[in-house]
Amino acid sequence: MGVEGIGASVVRKEDKRFITGKGRYVDDIKLVGCTHAHFIRSPHAHAKVKGIDSTEAMKMPGVIAVLTGQQLVDDKIGNLICGWAITSKDGSPMKMGAWPAMAPETVRFVGQAVAVVIAETKNQAKDAAEAVVVNYEELPAVADVRAAIKSGAPQLHPEAPGNIIYDWHLGDEAAVNAAFSKAANVVSLDLTNNRLAPNAMEPRAAIADYDAAEEHFTLYTTSQNPHVARLVLSAFYNVAPEHKLRVIAPDVGGGFGSKIYIYPEEMVALWASKKVGRPVKWTGDRTEAFLTDAHGRDHVSHAEMAFDKDNKILGLRVKTHANFGAYMSLFSSAVPTYLYATLLSGQYLIPAIYAEVIAVYTNTTPVDAYRGAGRPEASYLLERMMETAARQLKVDPAELRKKNFITSFPYQTPVIMAYDAGDFHASIDAAMKAIDYAGFAARKAKAKSEGKLRGIGVSCYIEACGIAPSKAVGSLGAGVGLWESAEIRVNPVGTIEVLTGTHSHGQSHETTFCQIIAERLGVPISQVSIVHGDTDKVQFGMGTYGSRSIAVGGTAIVKAMEKVEAKAKKIAAHALEASENDIVIENGEFKVTGTDKSIALPMVALAAYTAHNLPDGMEPGLKETAFYDPTNFTFPAGAYICEVEVDAATGKTSFVNFVAADDFGRLINPMVVEGQVHGGLAQGIGQALLEHAVYDGNGQPVTASFMDYTMPRADDLPSFKVSHTTTLCPGNPLGVKGCGEAGAIGASAAVINAITDAIGNNKLEMPATPDRVWHAIHG
Amino acid sequence: MYETTYHRPSSIDEAAALFSKGKEAKYLAGGHTLIPVMKQRLASPSDVIDLGKIKELIGVEPSGDGIVVKAATTHYDVATSDTVKKALPALAYLASLIGDPAVRHRGTIGGSLANNDPAADYPAAVLATGATVKTNKRTIAADEFFKGLFSTALEDGEIITAVSFPVQAKAGYAKFPHPASRFALTGVFVAKTPSGDVRVAATGASQNGVMRIPAIEAALKANWSAGALDGVSISADGLLSDIHGSADYRANLIKVMAQRAVTAAG
Repeated sequence: MGVEGIGASVVRKEDKRFITGKGRYVDDIKLVGCTHAHFIRSPHAHAKVKGIDSTEAMKMPGVIAVLTGQQLVDDKIGNLICGWAITSKDGSPMKMGAWPAMAPETVRFVGQAVAVVIAETKNQAKDAAEAVVVNYEELPAVADVRAAIKSGAPQLHPEAPGNIIYDWHLGDEAAVNAAFSKAANVVSLDLTNNRLAPNAMEPRAAIADYDAAEEHFTLYTTSQNPHVARLVLSAFYNVAPEHKLRVIAPDVGGGFGSKIYIYPEEMVALWASKKVGRPVKWTGDRTEAFLTDAHGRDHVSHAEMAFDKDNKILGLRVKTHANFGAYMSLFSSAVPTYLYATLLSGQYLIPAIYAEVIAVYTNTTPVDAYRGAGRPEASYLLERMMETAARQLKVDPAELRKKNFITSFPYQTPVIMAYDAGDFHASIDAAMKAIDYAGFAARKAKAKSEGKLRGIGVSCYIEACGIAPSKAVGSLGAGVGLWESAEIRVNPVGTIEVLTGTHSHGQSHETTFCQIIAERLGVPISQVSIVHGDTDKVQFGMGTYGSRSIAVGGTAIVKAMEKVEAKAKKIAAHALEASENDIVIENGEFKVTGTDKSIALPMVALAAYTAHNLPDGMEPGLKETAFYDPTNFTFPAGAYICEVEVDAATGKTSFVNFVAADDFGRLINPMVVEGQVHGGLAQGIGQALLEHAVYDGNGQPVTASFMDYTMPRADDLPSFKVSHTTTLCPGNPLGVKGCGEAGAIGASAAVINAITDAIGNNKLEMPATPDRVWHAIHG
Repeated sequence: MYETTYHRPSSIDEAAALFSKGKEAKYLAGGHTLIPVMKQRLASPSDVIDLGKIKELIGVEPSGDGIVVKAATTHYDVATSDTVKKALPALAYLASLIGDPAVRHRGTIGGSLANNDPAADYPAAVLATGATVKTNKRTIAADEFFKGLFSTALEDGEIITAVSFPVQAKAGYAKFPHPASRFALTGVFVAKTPSGDVRVAATGASQNGVMRIPAIEAALKANWSAGALDGVSISADGLLSDIHGSADYRANLIKVMAQRAVTAAG
């Protein structure tokens, strides 16, 4: 390892511009002649749009246009799509209702756009929006997933009778029934996984710039995957052809999944830019973020687990109702199915699993992938189940887990996934040691003598990352392949540009990807630049989500580097009059092994571009591209243990300790990994204790600002003790697994298990607010 | 935000004159309520008159039987004032709990009281200590000042100039913060006068804003100790109920926070 190579905690290259306020986000971009868009949004959760009168608004200062959903229809602009087809257990395809970017006829959630005002300034657009008269006829609304499937519930889409999108299943029902029939003990559990609002620091924004001379569009947007945005906007929405659309995602201030999707605002901005003949800018505010950014989670589940007399798991049965909100967002259908039920085996040898998932429309903001995406829901369910089982079976929760761990790899679960490597004992042992698990009973007794309620909770998670093998996901209904690409450009002076189809919006790619190059060539990372986020620069790519960037994007870089190195070695061998097999790369030099002959990388690069003396038949230049399609998912796993103290008088939970022992395979930059774990844990703890996107019975959002929606703050969180155990991922040359989501996946169950242990009552839902905990204690 | 005209007067009289000239003027005394409401276009004052730079409205002074906190004194200045910490440390502590550092450096006691948010901290201290609110027109006793949610005895255009807190034999404040907003989900201020009278006020709990708690006052008058409240029962009737705290939970918090405030008061 060089000082800046793999495994070095190199300080982040991107921090200089972020810390000095020099980041360049969409809203920072000023185009000449830019107009400003303000959307008119429904105040009703469900209503007919009877008419939109913009006569007065059009007379107001600075107003250029008021555009409506009907005009989108007239211009044959496509509806939003869901890109993953799910088939119900009866063989029928999922039932998707139409989602126009602005509603011409019916609004189905508070915040859905019905029209947009384009004006010279944002304030003028807002003024005019108040003068637009929208005539609504209110309809009954339903927000709760259980209420929505009852007979007589308000119906959202004619395409989906009973508000049911699909009724899907996975696993072997007969095998599970057989397992339960011979069970010595059955443990059952009802739980909800609370709806969350992502709340990236930077709200979504878009600038669309139509060039009439070239009939070309440029879209600056807050996207995690600009190429996917271009593909969807051109292939499905009919706003611009792919070769005439450039999508730029510059610095993006956090995504957590919510910026994967192509939202109505981007497509309307593109369409409107052509209509008004000028650039159109829209920057969402925090209220719009709460109302329109895709939410996460929102499951209601019943689970049962069967054990034999030795406390070995025999089977697992799960039934989940997933609230999809009012429309099917881009990848919504995959989240509670192939990203959820496929992880229900967890770290355990479970011979039989059967999961049913019913996807349901409600009059709420659409729900889609949010940090972890299905895997936090699976992990929370399973790890609460293990804790509940341990208490019911009167065995130590850690011991029950250990007894049932998978220990031999590869391991084929009954729910599609084939785990390639892992050492679950190593993780839990490390976590138990870090928190002094053995000493907990004494600490609990001491706390009790002081009138305090002390509890400990374990959570052993596994997730599927490195998303994803294209053929596999294609067979499961995905509309896209999930490979990644990289291009390495060694410039004539020896500096290097790495073009990647992933996108960094907090993941530190500008540092960690450079470390891969530094490791291989021995050059300082200052000589390497990472280029991403621009469809005109980068060849193609599927973006960043699902902890895929290093495992898939990083491997694509390695593959491209192998090609570059092979060619460079040929050039070096030619120059040094040696055999290319004798050339080794060290500290930025190509050396003839066993001699003192060498040639520096810049000289090799220069030779490639001057082409004065290349081997016969070799093309000039030193630039290579690789497209890498993974052969399997990767499987980060780990153990989190949390110790809490609950104030019985107020129900307030305080952390005593929180330890994490993760196995992410090889770490490229341990400091960056630790930061990712901290952020993930904060979101997992946020879900467990604080965050909840709530609707009232009429579909009105109750938590549409930070006055009511509790974002975790520094003083809500403990000082984490993070450590790592390592099994290398056999599926990629770096041995990496991904680390971006683990904290959010594993943390929530550890927290709730600790609180329920402390208070001696397992009937507790997330978020475990002081009010809820107090009621759980006092009834 | 709608267009408005911002004024920064240098005297109380100038501020009052500007207010009477404005078509729909508003005073600004910190702005943590007014500015967000304006940004959401829910308020459209013609004139915004900033009281924060009027020198005669800033500062803390000892007075014969207590302290006077002038209305535009920031929460930070109250929290760190040696005069307050010596004469009424519970008030300094209360101020230190308001919002975050940015809020405490801009928000003012006068702004908080004039707004009378049902979950603000200062009203509890003013009501429990029997403080007097001084305005540019008159003085108003605490018991007469608070008139329910976001409502006070202030007349249109009237400016709070200072709050006079009488010295207490014992005083304490305990706050259970709202998880999201960090206002008081319930905050209780307990005070015992040199003559032995006890006043207790709770903020954040009631549908009608800050209120005195007679049952706790009686129990503490008989026996100033946290244990004296063990048998006291607080009714949930009329208390706020929302996703962060049901009425019965808030009733519990009134008692628990009162006990902790007594313990803090010593």
